[in-house]
Amino acid sequence: MALPKRPQLPVILVANDLVEGEVLFRTAHGWSPDHRRALIAGNAEAAEALEAEGRSEMAANKVVDAYLVDVVLDESGPLPRHYRERLRTLGPSIRTDLGKQAQGPAGGSRHVPL
Amino acid sequence: MPLIDASGLRFNGFARPADPASLPEGDVILPLARLAAEGEAVLARGDRLGVELPNTAKLDGIEPFLDRLALISIGFPSFADGRGFSLAKRIRGRGYRGRLRATGPLIADQLRHALGCGFDEVEAPQELVARQPVSQWLAGLAVIRLRYQRHASRGVSILDQRLAARRRFDERRVIHAA
Amino acid sequence: MYRYDEFDARFVRDRVAEFRAQVQRRLEGSLTEDEFKPLRLQNGLYLQLHAYMLRIAIPYGTLSSRQLRQLALIADRYDRSYGHFTTRQNIQFNWPKLKDVPDILDLLAAVEMHAIQTSGNGIRNVTADHFAGVARDEIEDPRPTAELIRQWSSLHPEFSFLPRKFKIAVTGAEHDRAAVKAHDIGLRVLRHEATGEIGYEVIVGGGLGRTPMIGKVVRDFLPKGELLAYLEAIMRVYNLEGRRDNKFKARVKILVHEIGTDEFRRRVEEEFAALDGPSINADPRELERIGAYFAPPPYAGLPARSPRLETAQAAHGEFARFVETNLFAHRVAGYAAVTISLKPIGGVPGDATSEQMRIIADLAERYSFGEIRVSHQQNLVLPHVRKDDVFALWEALDAAELGTANSGLITDIISCPGLDYCSLATARSIPIAQAVSRRFADSARQRAIGPLGIKISGCINACGHHHVGHIGILGLEKNGTEYYQLTLGGDATEHAALGERLGPGLSAEEVPDAVEKIVDVYLAHRTSDEEFIATYRRLGIGPFRHAFQGQLHAAD
Repeated sequence: MALPKRPQLPVILVANDLVEGEVLFRTAHGWSPDHRRALIAGNAEAAEALEAEGRSEMAANKVVDAYLVDVVLDESGPLPRHYRERLRTLGPSIRTDLGKQAQGPAGGSRHVPL
Repeated sequence: MPLIDASGLRFNGFARPADPASLPEGDVILPLARLAAEGEAVLARGDRLGVELPNTAKLDGIEPFLDRLALISIGFPSFADGRGFSLAKRIRGRGYRGRLRATGPLIADQLRHALGCGFDEVEAPQELVARQPVSQWLAGLAVIRLRYQRHASRGVSILDQRLAARRRFDERRVIHAA
Repeated sequence: MYRYDEFDARFVRDRVAEFRAQVQRRLEGSLTEDEFKPLRLQNGLYLQLHAYMLRIAIPYGTLSSRQLRQLALIADRYDRSYGHFTTRQNIQFNWPKLKDVPDILDLLAAVEMHAIQTSGNGIRNVTADHFAGVARDEIEDPRPTAELIRQWSSLHPEFSFLPRKFKIAVTGAEHDRAAVKAHDIGLRVLRHEATGEIGYEVIVGGGLGRTPMIGKVVRDFLPKGELLAYLEAIMRVYNLEGRRDNKFKARVKILVHEIGTDEFRRRVEEEFAALDGPSINADPRELERIGAYFAPPPYAGLPARSPRLETAQAAHGEFARFVETNLFAHRVAGYAAVTISLKPIGGVPGDATSEQMRIIADLAERYSFGEIRVSHQQNLVLPHVRKDDVFALWEALDAAELGTANSGLITDIISCPGLDYCSLATARSIPIAQAVSRRFADSARQRAIGPLGIKISGCINACGHHHVGHIGILGLEKNGTEYYQLTLGGDATEHAALGERLGPGLSAEEVPDAVEKIVDVYLAHRTSDEEFIATYRRLGIGPFRHAFQGQLHAAD
């Protein structure tokens, strides 16, 4: 799946927990399953710093597949711009009882209606 | 580079030329391109001759030396590139009886595959063996105790063990009936 | 069905031990993620959009009640109490954790199941006709062959690092219900014209995905006893010569296409001739040993017709419809194979809850000698049901939302999981399936339309087999939005054909209307009870394109 090399700013860093498999968002102090806590990078330097943290976390066998995702900012926090990343943030659109959307953190965010 | 076989770490006695112009003393692994020109010389001086094959090699080039080679090394550019396993089977299929070596970044889990295809040993990069010590290689070999495929160079396959068990059963039946 | 002997049982336990150690070595860093990824794929473990996904093998789609109950237990204990049955007769769980997977594999080994090679660049689950052993047009049950290939291909030292995945299917009947021409290797069991000996027609190079192709016959007749050596020859040629420079050009179909069928055949036969068959092939007694497990169950001697069934049909319209669509003619008098639809109207195609799995396991024990089949249409089958019992069975199915009378009809939609689950996907597929299903919910209308197979893929990897759907739907992306392309006239049977593109794409909202329009064209043009695919073949795509003039959006 090809993602843009340099996603448009602002961005957050997303990865999967190695052991749990769950989607995680890089925060100021670590990782959170809640996208609203994600650290938002508003310029190229901050984005590079995020990427570097991703690399070192992968090398430390904490997470896999860390990459930057471009977001829009709404009142619930940063929400990915692209529908694929939005699905990752929320959970399956056809089972709203599963995934993060069911756990509360993504409350208020909605899937792109069909 | 570390050399590993079914008994663990082995002494790597073969040298490779440092550059296209030089030829080391003692047992030598020649690149395929130099085999025709220099192989005889190595044999003539009483040393053991080896050849380095890329995993895309056609075997006509080594055919004249096949029964005099002490070692054939097949390069694995990556552990995900399994061509060397099939090349090894082909080489064994031609009756080659010398040592067969898989050279490259194979992971510990692949010692079993290598030996199952007719390799005797694996030469892997130092960095990799530092991460995956010999104990992991030997454990990977030991953990899968049985194999279905017949004619796979090590041990007796499940299919053949079943056959043998059936034969023993049939023999007993004949004895009891007699 | 096959039962493990001590060797098979030890083998799967060893594989679990190996995987447990591999997970440990990954967590402590001996294995990098790049090194670990193929190893976990070799055990069916993907990293998907939301979580890991575990794909469990159901060899040739045959399952026992005991095994199905264990799957339900795993779903409850380690997942979210449901599973998804796939187009290759496997089952997928979408929410396991890496640390739990070795324990899940232990539970599977306890019931003679595994996840070996359900992913990765090796030989995958060997699939077969889901009506094997019961179909009237069967020449020989393909499952002993499939079981032999399963064993031979498991942890094969030479063929575990191929250029790409490798899929084998076997059919043993005149009508191909296993889509053998869409597989890397397809085997058709047949009887030699002159000698009557059983052997195989060997087809190589079929496959869907980015460059869909129909397989080519490489050997008209291969004697049964030479199967493993011939497979070894094919695999060796592919392993050595398949492309490794481009992931999308790495399947054997590309090699066959690029060098030509004749040259491919020549290389295989040359390799085959150099092999020592007797040291590779299975002893005929091994084939017999395996075959004995597939002996017919103890059928009762029954009359062909069942007055009880007929009475129930006359009394219950809904049941009568179920009998019409979901029963398959059994070769034994008084029996039927019953399709359990996992396509309730508006439901997620192929999904079953753990509760439903337990109900089906019970019903299989009561009515089908404890045996269940998984079809590659993502439905389940009870293969040996007395006609006398069908009504009672249906009542129980209906109560569990498993009694939808739509087998083969327009709402029996095949759909990959798509972007709701899959990290490879471009677009969502399940909501499309649900919307189309709801649009055609009316059962009278469905029956009037007749057999019509819709297949939906969420990306060009084509796991929904859209290329061989009567109507195929492919999910794509344009300008940050999902959009969909339709194809017509695909066929997965022995009349294999790839669908033709209807035109540029549609938005998700437009798809149900488009399907209605296609159906309307068909209904307007068909003669007597001509099925959709026959009408399409007669007319071509012209009348269908005409109906869409001006309404399809230009692709970028």
